Amino acid sequence: MKAPVIEAKDLNLTFETNDGPVHALKDVNLTIDRGEFVSFIGPSGCGKTTFLRCIAALEQPTSGVLTVNSMTPENARQERSYGYVFQAAGLYPWRTIAGNVKLPLEIMGYAKAEQDERVRKVLSLVDLEGFGKKFPWQLSGGMQQRASIARALAFDADILLMDEPFGALDEIVRDKLNEELLKLWARTEKTIGFVTHSIPEAVYLSTKIVVMSPRPGRITDVIDSTLPRERPLEIRDSPEFLAIAHRVREGLRAGHAYEE
Amino acid sequence: MKSVAPILTVLAAIVVLWYGAAVWLNSQWIYDQAARAGTEVTATQVLTETMVQDRPVLPAPHQVAQGLWQGLTGQAITSKRSLVYHGWITLSATLAGFVLGTVAGILLSVGIVHSRAMDMSVMPWAIASQTIPIQAIAPMVIVVLASLGIKGLLPKAIIAAYLSFFPVLVGMVKGLRAPEGQQLDLLSTYNASRAATFWKLRLPSSMPYLFASLKVGIAAALVGAIVAELPAGASSGLGARLLSGSYYGQTIQIWSALLTAAALAASLVMVVGLIERATLKRMGMAR
Repeated sequence: MKAPVIEAKDLNLTFETNDGPVHALKDVNLTIDRGEFVSFIGPSGCGKTTFLRCIAALEQPTSGVLTVNSMTPENARQERSYGYVFQAAGLYPWRTIAGNVKLPLEIMGYAKAEQDERVRKVLSLVDLEGFGKKFPWQLSGGMQQRASIARALAFDADILLMDEPFGALDEIVRDKLNEELLKLWARTEKTIGFVTHSIPEAVYLSTKIVVMSPRPGRITDVIDSTLPRERPLEIRDSPEFLAIAHRVREGLRAGHAYEE
Repeated sequence: MKSVAPILTVLAAIVVLWYGAAVWLNSQWIYDQAARAGTEVTATQVLTETMVQDRPVLPAPHQVAQGLWQGLTGQAITSKRSLVYHGWITLSATLAGFVLGTVAGILLSVGIVHSRAMDMSVMPWAIASQTIPIQAIAPMVIVVLASLGIKGLLPKAIIAAYLSFFPVLVGMVKGLRAPEGQQLDLLSTYNASRAATFWKLRLPSSMPYLFASLKVGIAAALVGAIVAELPAGASSGLGARLLSGSYYGQTIQIWSALLTAAALAASLVMVVGLIERATLKRMGMAR
């Protein structure tokens, strides 16, 4: 049995605010294996983004154990174990698309020729061949987000963390990008952590769905998807898909009932 | 072309007002002269004579234009009476001070953004420095440096720098802090060093702020250079022209020097604007 890629044991994170402590994460236990596609779903304040940020060492847990590739998140960050995609594409307006994708490679000190080679490769991976010389403002929102995914893939980390990457895009573009993301995942065999608000998106993409609820932020259900790895968009009308979506919805509702 | 008509209208209105003010302000002297001589003056006489006085209270626009033209082209540009000569003296001090001030402003802003101690200690002094009237500082700088044997361009440049570093400092602190949380988080996921963060993110982000500050800074540097020429008893530079003009009541000379300074300031700001446009265009930041 291989070691899990991400493992959280009794993870707690409490923010001290002026209104008293806020339990962003409470007793979170989760194991993510290599090659899984894990979605985190829940209402605002349920800690899904916070958990992703803990994995990326952008937040420090208050207690508990969290390992990434069997290292502390901080060491994993130094080892450049993951690419992170934020909700906003956040491309530098003064760099071309190719220049933006090159940014992590420059920082990590790749040789010039390899930089160009990798940029070419990941741009084709996200279907942006021929757009390398364009500036971000010349691209649509969906294309910008694809470029930001290419940027996260450029240095070939085996984990991809995505924080509502398609949240700001319209439904049609989102469908298309979801489909492409699945293909990309199949081709690159990365482990993906994906935060979303959308039940269909979570069910369509994931091998494992983590349902979370707020105050305190905690996991209420972990659903292992029974859907096949090969997923055409039509699968969303299948009874199996709807059954999983139903269970996610139940989980979300249970989390809310707790509050009242 | 549409904007030409309004611009000309405003210009014409200014000229008309100026002529009116010249007649009003200069007529007193003519009435006084007439009263002293015991003669009467007609309105037409008053009108024509207010236009041609040697030392009018307010020179008429055509007198200033004449003085300006005479000053710019009436003699070799190396002559002590040439406005080109004096303009160049002031311009060279302005540019030297501007470069000095810009470098100081940028260096201080980099320090302030990266060191909390500097943020707490430098900023209050920088702000305090600008509340002291430059007229009070300038003579002291000139005197102290002269006693050390430093004369000529450098003291003037230092005073110009004293005025121009501040807008650059404030603008660059704002600009270097412009990147928001997500952009800094992104670099953090790359485990980027502070140096990489500075060169790849902070500095490029600050460019629009830098140029806005440079425009204020270069105009301030010119003011500093002119003020620096006043207390030194300097014999050259636009400030010296202003001073000697006011000693001898040469109002036309004062106005000619003033207009030269204004034109110089406008051109300098325009040049910075052109560099800004070219730079931002190259960076892909101009739409």
